[in-house]
Formats: sequence, structure tokens, C-alpha cells
Amino acid sequence: MKEIKRVCVVGAGAIGSLLVGHIGVLPGITMTVLTRRESHAKDLNEQGLKVSGKSNLHTNVIASTKPEDLGDVDLVILATKTTAVDASMQRLEGHFPNTTIMMIQNGLGCENVVRRYGSWPIIAGLTFMSGVRQSDVHVEYELDTPTWIGPWDKEAHSPGYSFIKQVEALINKSGLISKAYEDLRPVQWSKLIFNSAVNAIGAVTDLPHVPCFADTNELTDLGHLVKNMMAEGVAIAKAQGIELSSDPWEMNCKAVTQGGSHGGEEYAHITSMLNDVRHKSYTEVDWITGSIVRAALEVGVPAPYHETLYRLVKGVEKSWSQKQPADH
Amino acid sequence: MKVCIIGCGAIGSLFAAHLGKLDDVEVWAYDPYQAHVDAINENGLRLTGETDLVSKINARSNAQDIPPCDFGIIAAKTLHTRSAMEAVAHIFKDGAVCSVQNGVGSEEIIAEYVPRVIQGTTFPAGHITGPGVCNHDTIGVTTIGPFAAKPASQEESDRLAQALTRSGMETTSLADPRGSMWTKVIFNCASNGVGSLTRLPHGIACDQVRSVMSAVAQEGIAVAEALGITLEKNPEDMIDYGREVAYRHKPSMLQDVEAQRPTEVDSLNGGLADIGDEIGIPCPLNRAIALMIKGIEHSWTL
Repeated sequence: MKEIKRVCVVGAGAIGSLLVGHIGVLPGITMTVLTRRESHAKDLNEQGLKVSGKSNLHTNVIASTKPEDLGDVDLVILATKTTAVDASMQRLEGHFPNTTIMMIQNGLGCENVVRRYGSWPIIAGLTFMSGVRQSDVHVEYELDTPTWIGPWDKEAHSPGYSFIKQVEALINKSGLISKAYEDLRPVQWSKLIFNSAVNAIGAVTDLPHVPCFADTNELTDLGHLVKNMMAEGVAIAKAQGIELSSDPWEMNCKAVTQGGSHGGEEYAHITSMLNDVRHKSYTEVDWITGSIVRAALEVGVPAPYHETLYRLVKGVEKSWSQKQPADH
Repeated sequence: MKVCIIGCGAIGSLFAAHLGKLDDVEVWAYDPYQAHVDAINENGLRLTGETDLVSKINARSNAQDIPPCDFGIIAAKTLHTRSAMEAVAHIFKDGAVCSVQNGVGSEEIIAEYVPRVIQGTTFPAGHITGPGVCNHDTIGVTTIGPFAAKPASQEESDRLAQALTRSGMETTSLADPRGSMWTKVIFNCASNGVGSLTRLPHGIACDQVRSVMSAVAQEGIAVAEALGITLEKNPEDMIDYGREVAYRHKPSMLQDVEAQRPTEVDSLNGGLADIGDEIGIPCPLNRAIALMIKGIEHSWTL
């Protein structure tokens, strides 16, 4: 089996930078970075990348805005937001013929976008780690939580599970945490159903993930909606033949009562979708709540809550974008 | 005829100022907003916009200062129905009170305080531009009729409608006013509920999330059908008509959300879902919308 020697991280935001900073220091690994901005590539080439926080590292990298400058690679880690996958893949089309592409986007379905641009083997993945990008050349490692990877369920034979185990080992050796699954869907869907409800309801109500998401004492408590929406998601997963690894409603109650990974503090996590809405940028709802709507259609299961929340969040996006007709 | 307007905000002011023009009607208004009350008593109640008039009426912030009246017209926000009725009940020991408020559930509360109730639905719109001044934004009709559970007589309802029509507020009195009320309630659940969550004006919401508005309206239509109510119009047509005539109009509940004021959702989507639960016609989407608008209100406290 091919040994992983050259890696390219596409998109050096917080998550991408954490992967670059950790994997890049491993002996025998050449780390390359495909950036969007020339100045970002230039700074990375001149200064390397620094990681602080949970790790203390500095690594040299080869960065460019053009894939042809980076040479052949064995592994591409696509670390952009879902909303930027298409644009990134347009740039990768026709390059890196011998690579495998590993995904870590939120939600479900970005693999289909990748496949439109080439026939590379694809590893599906999702990550729980988090960091704060301090500058183009400095990232702070915050939450040392895992990245889960596995075969893409549509093409489970490709690239082969042993290669996925090799990627798992590489990430773990670098100081980050990874776990490979032969079937990723049970963990992927548990998180998806959880995220779909908590993110979409939060985006529409302007609520961070606060305790009322788990309140069901009164008829007017928000928890009823969260619970019903998650139950709908669970039924869709079941119809898709997926056995969940955890109950999303329990994940929700646990997060708001035990404070998630921020034990002690008053838990009020601002979800990524709420953060996007507050900054008036397009959300990932197409890949999160929208992917559950599409999965429901495939199996003919009704999804009124997901459909409604999906459309409401799209409506919220229009509430600012419709004022800028020049945008489209 | 003595009439007391209960809650002299925009809608209450339109009714009060018009009725004030009639020689045979003595108009009183109860409102807690002292500056508004003082301005009305000093300079009269002024309407601008679609109507241009100044009307001499008697405004009071203390309901004890208001004499017994034949009719009440309550136009308070539904959140304040109970506290307003508690304050004015003594005025209507032998009177009939007509609600022109939004949503469902007000008449039941009013019926706890007065002997006879009239159910009403009104379409004109306006907004208070300063103490004693209300802009009449849009002209619209009002439909009233005896509230079945504690009815005023048909004669009373007709008499109030005639006075309102003479004053320039076109009003129809029907034996069964529910069809008109439910048509507006269902329309409002769709337009206000979806608009408040997406922050979209009515017409743009129609372009972007019409299917959600329809799904919300259909739940209401099913409830009305189960209650044996013949709707005055198809709420779906009203939604489309609203898109034509009020494309950029922000529904009142969206205005409340933007100003971080408590909304009337308990009388709209929440009230509809409660009635649906009672009669076994679940309204999951209206319930979901009600819970999320409550969620928005909760977000202001964080």
C-alpha cells in the first residue's frame, strides 16, 4: 500500500491550519497548503505556521494559490466550509491525479460535489475539534476533540479501509485525535440530526444552544420542537437503514445540562449557523438540514419539520441578501 | 350612544376619531399612555394619511373616570386583554364589548368580564406618529357579529355597525362573524408567523417561502373546517392578494420582533395550535412557529 508522504490541505481556516500545523511537523511528511489568497501563501512560505494553545508547534510548509506549484500529493484534506467546496474543487479539477481526498465538512453530501470534479478516492469525515485563527500564520488549538473518518457510504470500496486506517494513524501520530470507522454513518447521522435541529432552530430564533432547547415541562417550551424534529430525523435515518450510535435528543440534553465540553462555564454555545446568521453570511443549511430533507425524499418519509426549518433558514438568508440585488 | 374605546393605539384611534365625528355618539377612550391621553384631551385626536381630521373625544388613563357605556371596542394588543378588561369591566355592567383584536381567544376573556360580547375582525391599518396623532395607513373593512358563547343581540351588533359605517369606518354586521375572523387569523398565522421568523416582508416571504406559508395556512383551514366554520375567503388567495398590494409590508409581529416587543403569537399561531389540540386536529407547524417566536422573545433576555 502507498505510504503517505506528501499532504495538501485545501483551505487554511482554523480547522485546516490545525491539520497543517500538526501533521506538518511529522518526520517524513511534506506539507503543502492550497490557499485562496496570494498574500496568505506568501506569508506561509516565509514564516511557516505556528500552533499555540493545546499544542505548541511550528512547521514549515509549501503554500500556493495554484495546485500545480505543489507537486503530486498522496492525500488532500479538504478543510473549507461547505459553502466553499465547489469553488475549491473547480481549482483542483485535473490536478493531483494520484491523491485521495479526505473531507471534514459539516453535514452531508459534499462528497457529491467533489465527485463532479474528478474520480479521486474519497474519505468521508467529520470533526469536533476547534481552534481560533489568530492570523494567516498562527492558529490557537482550543478543543482537542476527535476527527472521525470512514468510507463514503456511496462508494464504500474506495479508497479501501486499510488506507483510511493509515490516515487515522497519521492524524493520531501528529497529536490530533482521530478514529476510523468501517461504517461512518451511525456517528455521522447522530451528529447530523443533532446539528440540524440545534443549528436551524438557533439560526431562526437567534438563540445560542441554551438550556431551553431541552425544556419540555410547559407546552410552550422550545424543547418540544427540538425533540419532535430530532425524532423526525431519527425516523429518516432508520428508513435509510442507519442505526445511530447515540440518541440526538440525549446528546442535546447532555450538552445543555453538563455544559458540553466547556464544563463549569454557563453553557451557551453559539452554533456555526447562528454565527453565520449574525454575520449575515450564507449558512451551511443546505448540507445540514437540507441533506436530511433530501435523504427523506429518497426513502419517501415525510419531513415537515426539517423542510420547514430548512426553508425558514433560507428565508432568513434572503432577509439580508434581498437587499443587495447586485450580489447575484 | 356612549362608546368606549379600550386601548387607543393605532387601531383604537382610527375607531375613536371616526366615531367622534358623529353628533349622536359620545366617545370615550381608555389608554394607559398618559402623554397620548393628555394630548387627545388638549388638542383632540388627530388622524393623518388616508383620513385627515381632528376629533374631540374624552380620553382617560384611569378607567374609574369613565362613565357607563353602551358599547366597548377593544383594540388593545392581545397580551393586554385581561388587564384591560379588569380595569374597564365596571363601564359595561349593561354594555356590549366588541373585539377588533388580532387572533383567537380574546372574546373568551372579554366574556368573563361583561354581559354581552361582539366578535369583530378589522382590516384598516395605522400607526401612532406621536401623542394624540395617528396616521391612517390603509383603509379596510370591519366585520362584526354576536359572539356565540356570550352573545350581544343581533340588534346591538347592527346598531354598532351602522354607527361605525356612518362615521366612515365601513362595517358589516353578520349573524356569524367567525368566517371573517378565521380567514384573517389563518392569513395572519402564515404572514406574521413566517415573516417574523424569516424577517421578510410579506411579498418577499411569498417569493421565498410560499410553501411554508401554505403549509401553515392549510393547518388553520383544517381546524376551521372541523369547527364547521365557512371561511369568508380562501386564506391562500389573501396571501397572494397581499403580495400584490403590500409587497414590502412588514407584518405587525415582525415589527414587534424587530423592536424586541412581546408579540401576539399566543393569539395567532399558538392560539390556533391550542384550538387544534382541543379538537384533535394537530397543527405541528403552527406550534413549531409559536415555540420559535417564544424562543426569539427568550433570546432578548440572554
